[in-house]
Amino acid sequence: MPRETLLSVKNLAISFTTSKGPVNAVRGVSFDLGRERLGIVGESGSGKSQTGRAILGLTAANGRISADKMQFHDVDLRNLSPRQWRKVRGARISMIMQDPKYSLNPVMTIGDQIIEAYREHHKVGTKEAIHRAIEMLEAVKIRDPQRVFKSYPHEVSGGMGQRVMIAMMLIPDPELLIADEPTSALDVTVQLQVMAILDDLVRERGMALIFISHDLHLVSSFCDRVLVMYQGHVVEEIRASDLDQAKHPYTQGLLNCLPKMDGNHDDLPVLQRQASWAEG
Amino acid sequence: MIEIENLNAWFGENHVLKDVSLKVPANGSFGLVGESGSGKSTVLRTMTGLVDDWEGNMVVGGHELGRKRDKDFYRQVQMVFQDPFGSLHPRHTIDRILSEPVAVHGLGNSDARVIKVLEQVGLDNSFRFRYPHQLSGGQRQRVSIARALILEPRVLLLDEPTSALDVSIQAEVLNLLAALRRDLGLTYIMVSHDLAVVAHVCDDIAIMNHGRIVERATASQLAQGSLEHPYSQQLYKAAGGYDRAVIDSFVDWD
Repeated sequence: MPRETLLSVKNLAISFTTSKGPVNAVRGVSFDLGRERLGIVGESGSGKSQTGRAILGLTAANGRISADKMQFHDVDLRNLSPRQWRKVRGARISMIMQDPKYSLNPVMTIGDQIIEAYREHHKVGTKEAIHRAIEMLEAVKIRDPQRVFKSYPHEVSGGMGQRVMIAMMLIPDPELLIADEPTSALDVTVQLQVMAILDDLVRERGMALIFISHDLHLVSSFCDRVLVMYQGHVVEEIRASDLDQAKHPYTQGLLNCLPKMDGNHDDLPVLQRQASWAEG
Repeated sequence: MIEIENLNAWFGENHVLKDVSLKVPANGSFGLVGESGSGKSTVLRTMTGLVDDWEGNMVVGGHELGRKRDKDFYRQVQMVFQDPFGSLHPRHTIDRILSEPVAVHGLGNSDARVIKVLEQVGLDNSFRFRYPHQLSGGQRQRVSIARALILEPRVLLLDEPTSALDVSIQAEVLNLLAALRRDLGLTYIMVSHDLAVVAHVCDDIAIMNHGRIVERATASQLAQGSLEHPYSQQLYKAAGGYDRAVIDSFVDWD
């Protein structure tokens, strides 16, 4: 089946210069992304978030990106000027961060923040923008959108805050959404509800989604395809439905070390790391 | 070892614990599960004297707890907090962090105690003179556990001890906690939002919602999913991963 490729990344490497010498956070990551839900899974420090940030040009100033290819539709993401980046960020590629508490502006009402995101990319009047913002709050299943519109971030719960973030990121109608641990700060049931909203919107709008998480189980039940990262490498790429047939010992180890509700109190199998995993 | 009866607590006007009762036998491990705001951590905080406004009966190791906790109580009961990044002094070495409780309680022989407790939590001696920022999250949580253990307590109160850790590190810390309970005869109360973690560690489990225990279960009942209260069923289903049909059936318990 021919598939339209939205984003193509070849041999992406990111290294940071630090006082202790260079740190190679990402080493030779390649993937193609169509209109699908791709999961990137790994432990902290595996380079999963850095991969996501590089696609949006958000790598910190001491980081150096090199890639053979980073093509998003007709745009080469490797050497964009700040002005060109502003046309891509938000409008075409958008990102949801982990904790709404730190990603929303605390001194601006939620409504104003959503409107700001919308008007950055669409030339419309205030009335139209308010109307669209309220519509968007309804789309993320906020029950009282008028009230939330006028609220400040500290007045809403974590789950609500993350819905607001989703509304803000989706209102310019991007083609690709990168979600970096969007639900790990939330309670389990709220987490699933937020994911369901994300799922619906991504389907309805035909967007591509990159879902970054440390929770292999959750990701595989949600995404079509999963990249498993270890120390900056992709050690395994697998269809989410085939996860139980994962071949790489690291993927298997990640799955096995989860506690299960089977009444078994024996010691959990612990990941035995091998140096060879870190070599591509 | 621990008996709590009809515990009620208030934050100002807010009634945050409603008639909470639980019993933990010596060397037992009891799990409190619930979502944020359910009051699960408040139970531990009330026990350790961090909440002022409470009513009810609490007996720990045969002693009825009054308004004030004495030194002896803290020698018996120690708490491990969720965030290993926030609970260790950033400018104290591991050695100083671990020796401080020994000095406070005037136990003496701090050198030998520090060496012994580091070994118990699986850290070698090279960690002793490092600072917390030089340690990984899992290693820091081991230090937090060591700090609690150094007083040789009989009860450990564990407040989400692994939720800030990667799953692979979580497995190591859970194994460590299980081994310590076995070897030292400790009694645990563990608080977590993760049903699977609690089911793995604890023999008896209580599910809390809005300050109330809505259901009690044993680990084997939980394994079979035989839960009665609709809230606990919802939590149980949520632990199964992303399933659209299940999510649509969720009800808000506000």
